[in-house]
Amino acid sequence: MSGEQAQSPPETETDTTPKEIETGADAVVRSLENAGVEHVFGVQGGAIMPVYDALYHSEMAHITMAHEQGAAHAADAYGTVTGDPGVCMATSGPGATNLVTGIADANMDSDPLVALTGQVPTEFVGNDAFQETDTVGVTSPVTKANFFADDPTSVGGDVGTAFALANRGRQGPTLVDLPKDVTNGETTDDPGAPELPDTYAPPEKADSDAVSEAATALARAEKPVILAGGGVIKAEASDELRAFATEHEIPVITTMPGTGSFPEDHELSLEIAGMHGTGYANMAITVTDCMLAVGTRFDDRLTGGVETFAPDAEIIHVDIDAAEISKNIEADHPLVGDAKVVLDQLADSMVGSPATESWVEQCQTWKSEYPMDYAAPDDEPVKPQYIVERFDELTDDDTIVTTGVGQHQMWAWQYWTWTKPRTWVTSHGLGTMGYGLPAAIGAKLAAPEQDVVCFDGDGSFLMTCQELSVAVRENLDITVVVLNNSAIGMVRQWQDAFFGERHMASEYPWIPDFDTLAEAFGARGFRIDTYDEVEEVIEAALGYDGPSVIDVHIDPGENVYPMVPSGGDNGLFALTEGQL
Amino acid sequence: MSRRQNVHRTGLEGPPPEERLRPVGRRNSQGIRIDPEIEAEHEPRRTTISAYVNNEPGVLARVSGLFHRRQFNIESLTVGPTQNEGYSRITLVVEEPDPGIDQIKKQLSKIVPVVHVRELDSNPVASELVLLKVDGDEPDKVQAITEMYDGQTLDAGPRTITVQITGEEGKIDDAIDAYKQFGIREIARTGQAALARGEEETARVDERHT
Repeated sequence: MSGEQAQSPPETETDTTPKEIETGADAVVRSLENAGVEHVFGVQGGAIMPVYDALYHSEMAHITMAHEQGAAHAADAYGTVTGDPGVCMATSGPGATNLVTGIADANMDSDPLVALTGQVPTEFVGNDAFQETDTVGVTSPVTKANFFADDPTSVGGDVGTAFALANRGRQGPTLVDLPKDVTNGETTDDPGAPELPDTYAPPEKADSDAVSEAATALARAEKPVILAGGGVIKAEASDELRAFATEHEIPVITTMPGTGSFPEDHELSLEIAGMHGTGYANMAITVTDCMLAVGTRFDDRLTGGVETFAPDAEIIHVDIDAAEISKNIEADHPLVGDAKVVLDQLADSMVGSPATESWVEQCQTWKSEYPMDYAAPDDEPVKPQYIVERFDELTDDDTIVTTGVGQHQMWAWQYWTWTKPRTWVTSHGLGTMGYGLPAAIGAKLAAPEQDVVCFDGDGSFLMTCQELSVAVRENLDITVVVLNNSAIGMVRQWQDAFFGERHMASEYPWIPDFDTLAEAFGARGFRIDTYDEVEEVIEAALGYDGPSVIDVHIDPGENVYPMVPSGGDNGLFALTEGQL
Repeated sequence: MSRRQNVHRTGLEGPPPEERLRPVGRRNSQGIRIDPEIEAEHEPRRTTISAYVNNEPGVLARVSGLFHRRQFNIESLTVGPTQNEGYSRITLVVEEPDPGIDQIKKQLSKIVPVVHVRELDSNPVASELVLLKVDGDEPDKVQAITEMYDGQTLDAGPRTITVQITGEEGKIDDAIDAYKQFGIREIARTGQAALARGEEETARVDERHT
């Protein structure tokens, strides 16, 4: 089914002659170029126009998104896939506030992101001028750092500082607010390469005495586990993690952001933990006597109630952010530093290995007792887990999966076999519905050689489906799989379990046909109603060179299990609604 | 089109919750491992935290936003410039359990323009200023109390007298109690400013930050 071509993007004339720096806006653009930025995601507007005008002369590609939220998510995903900050841009007022959801999302997931926002001219600031918002004030709680640029001669440096801060230490989103008179103002200074402010010095190596004590604790453990969080991926420490776990025969569990940091086809992998994690991972977490937790912030979706989280375990907590140590779970051995460096330190300090033979065997028993599994009838409707499994089998190992938020996200997480870091791109901490499609756009531009599949839900897809116009314009070869159950499924699942089956405002009987919607945007649309159609449609959609959308009408009665109720005990995960 | 074999599965099985292996221990609500016999939690304690920061717009907003957002119990917050141009000192008096105090220090340190944060020991050099406006019916008695507390009268009219008292917190509390007999109309307190005692440095600061 391959070979069909989507419409090629319209040609645009761009003057790419390098331009001397004449204005603050030129300095902003040069600062991004100096940082090695290749793509900027944004939406034009009044107060940001000088920066766009400066971009006109740059070789950096600007991806015009349909909505600023899409720009922030696309840039976030771009940063997640590449490891370097994605850049998004918007005008003042509503442009900036529309970015906020995406910035907050990146903040919760420590994703590297730089947001540039236009601002009304300095003389109007504070006067409630047209399209004015106190953007620095609004974004202060959801950024790692933010700046109000007040001088054309230093604005380029402000952007460089924002870039360096987003990228170094614990990564995160930063923002520079750019008043129009500052970007229009005169300057000729090249801002140079990004530089960290002198008050910021992220740690690298952990204290060596603490490392020795941790190594001793680990070596004498009988039931050790490694809990690998998103920090492992951000520190590029997957190889060190695999070497350490294999050398000492310690089972590895990944958090949701840590997914892909350790290959799930490895015999020591217990896969994923938390509210919808595997039964075996949650059993191991509950009864372990020593946990090496790397780059995780012990989110409540992982821990359940803290009283029952690994209560027998000495906790060795590796994190680059000292504020994560003992924030939620007390660390017996805090190791503050870069995960890659600290894992090397720990490997060097180990004197012998823990005796884990019977423990590993116990974990294998749990694997056979609690396999990831679902009940499938002989007849339709199609089970969503099956769709995920088929995609997993029909695509390469390095396929990037993005998702929205909801049941579909959990099924994608549970039924995909994760083997590589930076292939799982989702909204972990903030849980932002609508994240999937713009993230797929960012991911595809970041890694054009890799397949990108977006699993979405009908509710989630509806929130940002306008970004299909961008995927079509840029001719991005992405496949959106809408696992359509005509509902905000996760809410309905909770209503079934905890609200007496009262489906208040969670059912969506009026949703459009997503295959038709896709065609209206200029993408290819497909539909699956029966098992017999699955294989052919998946192959057709993957074969199509351009954006495609598959509207999969799944069993609306299917819910996500295992499940640990909110604040519950991980070891008491429910396999059915009756066990909740 | 052939379906995969495992489509015909019966669903999740395995021992139900009540039959599973269980841990021995517990943690308390602060995430600290505890003896199952004693479910102790850390009690709140009062302490003084000093932060040395870049004197730039938004720092105080970031600090106060942090306290608001994380629901830390803050007693007072004072801020003012230091002898080093471009730097300010923030003094915070907080009442939190130990894990909360640790978090406050770490979270404050994360704010990029914050140069140094520390908790002062239990007996820092600390002082506060209070302005009290009381009824002016008994000026002689008011004057006597003011002298007793080494205070100053800033304003005296036929109906009100406004005085200023400075000193450590306990002294201020006592003074306020003493003035109650005259009828206190208004109080403005600054909150504590504090420095480490003796030669000890309040903030360990590199030369580049002086």
